[in-house]
Amino acid sequence: MASYEENSVSFTENSLDQRQLEEIERILHSDLISNGVHCVLLIDLAGNIIAKDDNGASRIDMYSLAALSAANFGAVEAMAKIVGEEEFALLFHKGESESLYFGKVNNELLIITVFGKEISLGLLRMKVADAMEHIRKIWRKF
Amino acid sequence: MAFINIKNKEVQAKIVYYGPGRGGKTSNLEYIYQQFRDRIPSEMVSIKTHGDRTLFFDFMPFMVGKIKGYSVRVQLYTVPGQVKYDATRRLVLKGVDGVVFVADSLSVQRKKNLISLKNLQTNLAAYKKDIFKIPLVLQYNKRDLEDQGIPVLPIDILEKDLNQQLKVPSFPASALKGDNVVATLKKIISLTMVAFQKGLT
Repeated sequence: MASYEENSVSFTENSLDQRQLEEIERILHSDLISNGVHCVLLIDLAGNIIAKDDNGASRIDMYSLAALSAANFGAVEAMAKIVGEEEFALLFHKGESESLYFGKVNNELLIITVFGKEISLGLLRMKVADAMEHIRKIWRKF
Repeated sequence: MAFINIKNKEVQAKIVYYGPGRGGKTSNLEYIYQQFRDRIPSEMVSIKTHGDRTLFFDFMPFMVGKIKGYSVRVQLYTVPGQVKYDATRRLVLKGVDGVVFVADSLSVQRKKNLISLKNLQTNLAAYKKDIFKIPLVLQYNKRDLEDQGIPVLPIDILEKDLNQQLKVPSFPASALKGDNVVATLKKIISLTMVAFQKGLT
């Protein structure tokens, strides 16, 4: 069944070229960081970071956040199936000063935003939806 | 599934420590964490029960160095060993690039090793990965208990039980004392990187 060769295929499948990565980073910055998001991560469902950006003031351990987010997303998706849902549309954790919002870009990718009180959840969801649509278009190209 | 970032020249790979409950998977990571603080850019993350058993996983990133000009970062994970946590175990295996199977050398745990290895094969198959082809290293942990007069399985029995068909590299080890913990890690990193380089060429 699976082989090194198959692993290699998935490896190269996940190799965005420099132009695509720059485009994704530009989107993360203009759609999210410029609108007051503290930190944003684009990860795959294995927990690897594909792209990231922050406002320069963030001191977050992004790699741990990515690993936990992928696991959390997997767990929540499994919970959804148990209650007969395909998935839960809104994944949001509200904190005193920092909050987290997760969006599923496609079957491979997840976007995680860390934000504070500068931006409302409604506006954030809109901006994340825009960014996800842009990323989907870039991802489809390879 | 590893990710290669061409722009930042970085490769990320996922290595999972698998095996029966109380076998020493977390102890392996704890030893690595103590020994290589300079290569581990963050704290070790553990999701565990109040009884100190792994509930979901342990996680830490480990900087390997440069290969072909790329900075290689491996993400080390453990799974919860207890049988009842199979769903979370499967989640942790998603996108795995290399596996260390930590077997418990205690004679009384012989059957549990076999069940866990079979479970690894089943869960890898769920992601269309073949236990015979994925980079895999066996570790026979708790060899130090022999000195205390506690019955442990001889290495040849463990080899026969677990490695007769797989024929992968194996190490007698003591995660508590650190014996062969680093050798195990080096071997799985090297096997995983060889598999990647085949993908790069």
